[in-house]
Amino acid sequence: MADLTTDFIGIKTPNPFWLASAPPTDKEYNVRRAFEAGWGGVVWKTLGSEGPPVVNVNGPRYGAIYGADRRLLGLNNIELITDRDLFTNLEEIKRVKADYPDRAIIVSIMVPCEEEAWKAILPLVEDTGADGIELNFGCPHGMSERGMGAAVGQVPEYIEMVTRWCKQYYSKPVIVKLTPNITDIRKPAAAAKAGGADAVSLINTINSITSVNLDTMSPEPSIDGKGSHGGYCGPAVKPIAMSMVSEIARDPETRGIPISGIGGVTTWRDAAEFITLGCGNVQVCTAAMTYGFKIVQEMISGLSDWMDSKGHTSIEDFKGAAVPNVTDWNQLNLNYIAKAKIDQDLCISCGRCFAACEDTSHQAIAMSENRTFSVIDAECVACNLCVNVCPVENCITMEAMAPGATDPRTGKVVQPDYANWTTHPNNPSATAAE
Amino acid sequence: MTSDVFEPGIQSGRLSPAEYQAQFSDLHPPLDRHEALVAADRCYFCHDAPCITACPTDIDIPLFIRQIATGTPDAAAKTILSQNIMGGMCARVCPTETLCEQACVREKAEGKPVLIGQLQRFATDHLQAQGVHPFVRAASTGKTVAVVGAGPAGLSCAHRLAMLGHDVVIHDARPKPGGLNEYGIAAYKTPGGFAQAEVDWLMQIGGISFRHESALGRGLTLETLKAEYDAVFLGVGLGGVNALGAEGEDKQGVSDAVDFIAGLRQASDLAALPIGRDVVVIGGGMTAVDAAVQARLLGALNVTLVYRRGRDRMNASVFEQDLAASKGVRIVTHAVPVAVHGNGAVREIEFEYVDDAMKGTGQMLKLPADQVFKAIGQTLEGEGMPELDGRKIRVDGTGRTSVAGIWAGGDCASGGDDLTVTAVAEGRDAAMDIHMALTK
Repeated sequence: MADLTTDFIGIKTPNPFWLASAPPTDKEYNVRRAFEAGWGGVVWKTLGSEGPPVVNVNGPRYGAIYGADRRLLGLNNIELITDRDLFTNLEEIKRVKADYPDRAIIVSIMVPCEEEAWKAILPLVEDTGADGIELNFGCPHGMSERGMGAAVGQVPEYIEMVTRWCKQYYSKPVIVKLTPNITDIRKPAAAAKAGGADAVSLINTINSITSVNLDTMSPEPSIDGKGSHGGYCGPAVKPIAMSMVSEIARDPETRGIPISGIGGVTTWRDAAEFITLGCGNVQVCTAAMTYGFKIVQEMISGLSDWMDSKGHTSIEDFKGAAVPNVTDWNQLNLNYIAKAKIDQDLCISCGRCFAACEDTSHQAIAMSENRTFSVIDAECVACNLCVNVCPVENCITMEAMAPGATDPRTGKVVQPDYANWTTHPNNPSATAAE
Repeated sequence: MTSDVFEPGIQSGRLSPAEYQAQFSDLHPPLDRHEALVAADRCYFCHDAPCITACPTDIDIPLFIRQIATGTPDAAAKTILSQNIMGGMCARVCPTETLCEQACVREKAEGKPVLIGQLQRFATDHLQAQGVHPFVRAASTGKTVAVVGAGPAGLSCAHRLAMLGHDVVIHDARPKPGGLNEYGIAAYKTPGGFAQAEVDWLMQIGGISFRHESALGRGLTLETLKAEYDAVFLGVGLGGVNALGAEGEDKQGVSDAVDFIAGLRQASDLAALPIGRDVVVIGGGMTAVDAAVQARLLGALNVTLVYRRGRDRMNASVFEQDLAASKGVRIVTHAVPVAVHGNGAVREIEFEYVDDAMKGTGQMLKLPADQVFKAIGQTLEGEGMPELDGRKIRVDGTGRTSVAGIWAGGDCASGGDDLTVTAVAEGRDAAMDIHMALTK
């Protein structure tokens, strides 16, 4: 069995699965249960400054979108940071950390953007024995209106400034959690790096309205007839999160900064994908909120089995393995030519590929009297839509044409060499190939 | 089980009241809302879907299932009912396993089709439970059409004609409308008085009146109908029953399965219905299965269904055969009745085994029987009918008979399977043709 032990910025955990700072990590009771279930670490739900805690709404905090059979695909949340007393949280953190020395406890913090506020809370956190801190610069609702959370995360200069304070007043690793509610994720990541952050974690949740009640005209979740944009998370956000992670992993300015991947991690496979894009570990929330803490067992067994099947002995073996393959569009090989191919033995004749191609694409699928569907190579641009809409896995595949063959669509011979847009004759600013 | 089940002879009250209740409850309990959503989610919304092609009434099945999936079951019902006004009954009695669900691509993919029949019932029940009739009658055309037979073909034809603005008078031999829906289908397929409720709902279109206990040969003739109405539609079904041709078939205890089923459907107290201890049903169609299964459900200890050919030739679908087996009906094939024995009342029935070519083998089978039901096919009854094609009224694709001004559809007409859904389609199509003829 592969060794899942993870060393993330010097913090060792038995596996790369951490619980994200969120409702599941709000108190001792939950965190102890999480550790008993097998989670490698937790990021304790965000602490605020000393004083009266924040208050949450007393109506629904979550909204959801569903797939088939009410499978939860996306969740949004208008819960704020911890609404429990600071010192209660600190005492609990200290107790739990003492009982679980092999697991990570990271303390998420969000206090006003003033040096004094950070200077005040950091020694208190240091005293708990927790392994590090995560700066919550991402919370998109409630706190941002008070100048915290995403309001900081959207201003790179603030990120750098606060990170610097933290490195100054706290001795252990500092992770900066990034908001995705921004145009270019590389800017805040670079600011965190400049401020001395040990790592970044992303993504925090995305501004969202999950649905509108068509009877009351209120967005959901509805609080007495009104709704507010909440933070969107769950399986639906994974593609957005992975894109942002990959941007940080491959940009020259941010490359190399350790990343804790967050956003829709639901299975071992999701975790493996985040790691191949450069993450040192992953954080999970919605999957645990949907199915309970036990899901970590599937994540552990699944990742371990996959690593064994690939001969990987540690997370480091495949960390970032997909990063070199993330590129810009203009670097894609325009000489690579594929055609859709339908496996007639697997085809169940539903005709969805035909409807999609005929109505919305390239009229490249023929339908016979007896419902046999076949690809017209002379029309097929290999767009992949038929593959995407086919209900049968592997029934339609994209087959690369061999160099030397003639593409019946263009009448041109498939070239063996690589050529991209930058040198293409149709590109007005093309540069001659060297 | 009470000891009454062992009593020989034809006895009533073999079971406890609770047992009767349980035995004749809904064969397929209706889907609740969540079950319907889960089932609807499995539909792939196929292009030019094979299930539509397989439906004799061409219901747009992917569309109505999507309408269910998106929370608009009444819109789904309208999609169904616009093609098949008896979509509620068809959802209950259609052999979906040989029609839409057999064609479903998920049957091909996984051996588990989308539950099209049950989803159809979910949608139609949802609409009909509100008493809503989604169609509006067109302005009167001043034409009046006679429909003979208030079964699925006649009712479907009448509804479509009424909707198009014609007045319709339905003549029916029975005291209640519905035809086989009311008198001929197994009770567990349409419990709760659904057949009458559906007719009442259908009648909300307006413009249709009934003449009950009015039939051809009983005060009605085709000649007078032709003279009195602008058009005539015959949906009279098959009123006659074939004879066994076996010695002694007039003995007490030998009767027609269709009468047994009709009696059961009209019974107000199932416990009062007598049934034999040892029942033999002869035939291989839906009627035979319905009779055999219901004999078991009424408390018959031994029920044997005997068919003259192999199982693959039975008109009853595999689903129906399996249903019969699951209810404890023994199915014997390749046997033809040769004699009914007994002193006044039947005591046993004797069969000869035959090969696939129906040639006698000389091997005999004797089954103890205190009750025998004949279900070997029904025949067209009536004098002076339009030209026949074999034993049924010859019709063209639009239901026109050999006599101008007379259309026919359903079981009495040539072409198509003897199914409720086929009758509905034929009645509807004939109505469209009558409308064309009357308004051109």
